Amino acid sequence: MARAVTTRRKVITTAAAWAIGLLIFFPIYWTILTSFKTEAQAINDPPLFFFFDWTLENYAVVQERSDYMRFLWNSVIIAGGSTVLGILIAIPAAWSMAFVPSRRTKDILLWMLSTKMLPAVGVLYPISLIFVEFNLLDTRGGLIAVLMLINLPIIVWMLYTYFKEIPVDILEAARMDGAGLREEILYVLTPMAIPGIASTILLNFILAWNEAFWTLNLTAAQAAPLTAFIASYSSPEGLFFAKLSAASTMAIAPILILGWFSQKQLVRGLTFGAVK
Amino acid sequence: MATRHSRSAARLMLAPAVILLLGWMLVPLTMTLYFSFKRYLPMRGDSLERGLDWVGFENYARFLSSSSFWPSVQATLVIVGGVLVITVVLGVLLAMLLDQPFWGQGIVRILVIAPFFVMPTVSALVWKNMLMDPINGILAHLWRFFGAEPVSWLSDASVQSIILIVSWQWLPFATLILLTAIQSLDSEQLEAAEMDGANPLARFGFIVLPHLSRAITIVILIQTIFLLSIFAEIFVTTGGSFGTRTLTYLIFQRVIDSQNIGLGSAGGVYAIILANIVAIFLMRIVGKNLDR
Amino acid sequence: MTLRNALCAATALTLVSAAAAQAQTITIATVNNGDMIRMQGYTDVFTEQTGIEVEWVTLEENVLRQRVTTDITTEGGQFDIMTIGMYETPIWGANDWLVPLDGLSAEYDVNDILPAMRNGLSHDGTLYAAPFYGESSMVMYRTDLMEQAGLDMPDAPTWQFIREAAAAMDDPDNDINGICLRGKAGWGEGGAFITVTANSFGARWFDEDWNAQFDQPAWKEALEFYVGLMNDYGPEGYATNGFNENLSLFQQGKCGMWIDATVAASFVTNPNDSTVADSVGFALAPNSEGVEKRSNWLWAWALAIPAGTQQEDAAKQFIEWATSKAYIELVAENEGWANVPPGARTSLYETPEYQAVPFAQKTLDSINAADPTNPTVDPVPYVGIQFVAIPEFAGIATEVSQEFSAVYAGQQSIDEALEKAQALTTDAMEAAGY
Repeated sequence: MARAVTTRRKVITTAAAWAIGLLIFFPIYWTILTSFKTEAQAINDPPLFFFFDWTLENYAVVQERSDYMRFLWNSVIIAGGSTVLGILIAIPAAWSMAFVPSRRTKDILLWMLSTKMLPAVGVLYPISLIFVEFNLLDTRGGLIAVLMLINLPIIVWMLYTYFKEIPVDILEAARMDGAGLREEILYVLTPMAIPGIASTILLNFILAWNEAFWTLNLTAAQAAPLTAFIASYSSPEGLFFAKLSAASTMAIAPILILGWFSQKQLVRGLTFGAVK
Repeated sequence: MATRHSRSAARLMLAPAVILLLGWMLVPLTMTLYFSFKRYLPMRGDSLERGLDWVGFENYARFLSSSSFWPSVQATLVIVGGVLVITVVLGVLLAMLLDQPFWGQGIVRILVIAPFFVMPTVSALVWKNMLMDPINGILAHLWRFFGAEPVSWLSDASVQSIILIVSWQWLPFATLILLTAIQSLDSEQLEAAEMDGANPLARFGFIVLPHLSRAITIVILIQTIFLLSIFAEIFVTTGGSFGTRTLTYLIFQRVIDSQNIGLGSAGGVYAIILANIVAIFLMRIVGKNLDR
Repeated sequence: MTLRNALCAATALTLVSAAAAQAQTITIATVNNGDMIRMQGYTDVFTEQTGIEVEWVTLEENVLRQRVTTDITTEGGQFDIMTIGMYETPIWGANDWLVPLDGLSAEYDVNDILPAMRNGLSHDGTLYAAPFYGESSMVMYRTDLMEQAGLDMPDAPTWQFIREAAAAMDDPDNDINGICLRGKAGWGEGGAFITVTANSFGARWFDEDWNAQFDQPAWKEALEFYVGLMNDYGPEGYATNGFNENLSLFQQGKCGMWIDATVAASFVTNPNDSTVADSVGFALAPNSEGVEKRSNWLWAWALAIPAGTQQEDAAKQFIEWATSKAYIELVAENEGWANVPPGARTSLYETPEYQAVPFAQKTLDSINAADPTNPTVDPVPYVGIQFVAIPEFAGIATEVSQEFSAVYAGQQSIDEALEKAQALTTDAMEAAGY
């Protein structure tokens, strides 16, 4: 039985929701807009909201100074690699906790989360020394490993909650039909959990993409992702609002677009088992 | 139902994740603990190869007795607490609003979750320069438009500014989780309550909020873990001045600016202790929600 | 251990094969200042001449410091050349972390580097970094506003005159602040400025026994003067203004005077960026009446080679190229003499074309007036003017300047800030074993 919604109420809701949505989005809108202005227009008083001569000059300047595609590619590889690796390790772990729980399952989950509490700056030296020792500095492999480990607890937890939603009866039915463990995971469990796995992948990819401490401190020229790209545009000499905006837009655009396309998936899937 | 066979298989499957995380936790933690009892000033020529001097608990005592320590704990708690309150309260309201039928739902949702995709460095840079700059920032223009004196946000309202920036980044996350929880709310239950004459406030208090408690718990738990270690937002905007030096930032200053690894490591150990106190505190208050 | 050996062997192999494949590539970490970015643009010229490829890692100043310091102390070996300053060079040189820059070619003419710069970038007489550009600080003022105010800027003004001039030029109705100065926290930002100001009031960081001196009256006097001046005639929110913020304000015509790095002179007189380009005058940095030390600092951004690089020769070649007379001529040819990297070479100031640049002589005078080995009125045990060349300084001065910035923002009193500064400096020096 659907609730009857009066048109008046819908109009009010629409106005409120749009106002808030636009307010929240404004900083991003303003950044994208400013990236198409000249430096002088960027600090114009009063601010220019739409009507000005749009220019691509800032993008050209930024591209000339640093090869965007290389940073972008590193970001894709590092965020993607750490996500894939994390998922591969997390699925079996989450499966075993969800379907063969023991008394310690809850403790293990909370302990995994607690590994995220060590502040990164506190272990900068230990990790750097390890990286030097194993020649991992400025390699994508090293970063993939670190980001995978950082986000693994979140992945395991998310998958665990999705798996828990799956009725055990189905698994038992499959077992009756003679399915082994491998078949059970591959053909029964995974298809049912695909929406959950997809949103886990998405969230993890976003987190890895935006990680800015290790990606900056453990890279130089070869493996530097977009977080390092942006680090050369904060406060150079003179006016820089427009160039900063262009660089910022370039850094966030790929993930923003990805996020927008998969928005439904994220909204549906991001529950951490909160829905009960 | 779980056979012995599947039990051992389960352990085997859990093993890689546990072993990796155990290594990821223990190796740096052991090194941090080791350094924290040593004099380790790389700028003075100390290095692992040459051996480090044992100094006992000196680093711990020094870190604790520094005049910056307690203010930094306070700043950490204020910022984390402030962001939690704002994101949870606004997140609940926003989720309820977005759950209503209205035109352009898809687009508005996209607008609302967009900040979550922005990397912290970029969001800090954008807020600091484009919005909060007291001369050319958009807020300064707005203030001047209404005839008010522009505010120097990052010096006069520094802690509030940081809370605002971080809340902006995390509000989408809270909203998303709360929205999925609200969507699972049985609308018939609400209607029944409405027919019984319960006013909106009562409906919210007795039906919606209890239903959301588990989701709120999770928002608080996950956000706390991330918020305790926020760094880029402070590094870019205030650099730790004007009362925004959190414990994480204080450790950064000890390790990077002062190049005192021993002292910074002792600070790292304190940070772990603080994080665990907060975690235990959280579990006590809200943890029972997780067990349902 | 076997795993580790295998890993090492594998990486070594890839390294060797990578090195064999592409003849030579050097990686340079640098700061995102205008002159450095211009240098990146000319990389092709260098590659054409030598066949050496260059990879740039360009970072904002604070990030750069954090990155290269961690790299050098953990022997990360990620960079073949690092851009560092006058503060780091002698300390790192003393630790043998840098390759000594000796055996430079005759054509490079190392003796042409300004003596002040050479001394500042040396340890025990060995040069460890080559200055890409050097700077002191000086007064930049609006000649039109001075005229309107009926005042005449002396070549070497006092703080008392600066205050008088600021009062005369201050015009809030027209959005003109009498004076713009750095107040932003950070040892290289507001910390540097208040330190030189204190020097010119007769204060010092440490006495000869390394005791912190914030409890001495000269510091209080300097702070009171600075805060009074800025509260009366400075811009709103100066507690967060650093070099860039002030540059932008001055270029927009919102400052009557600005005392800052001499390199800013070329930016404020560049008509493309500055609305006041044709009405800027220059004077030496002020001192307080009767104090012999002026408030001008000395700094250089310099290129150094971390010890342990595999590409020492290629790196040296690059440094010789980037800090040579030829590079200056290259830039002059393409961008005009006003845009060449200043403050590094004597010969530049002997070039007639450069002498015609309005700020050239004052820049040189300011640099020559700075004496890092004798920076204060009372004797000190340290080298450095706006910094103290000991490893602990960056940490201490950042915290001290944060206390001062809180004063500028009106959040605590001068006495409180000085008390805290004294306590935390004493504590940190004790921790370092002084």
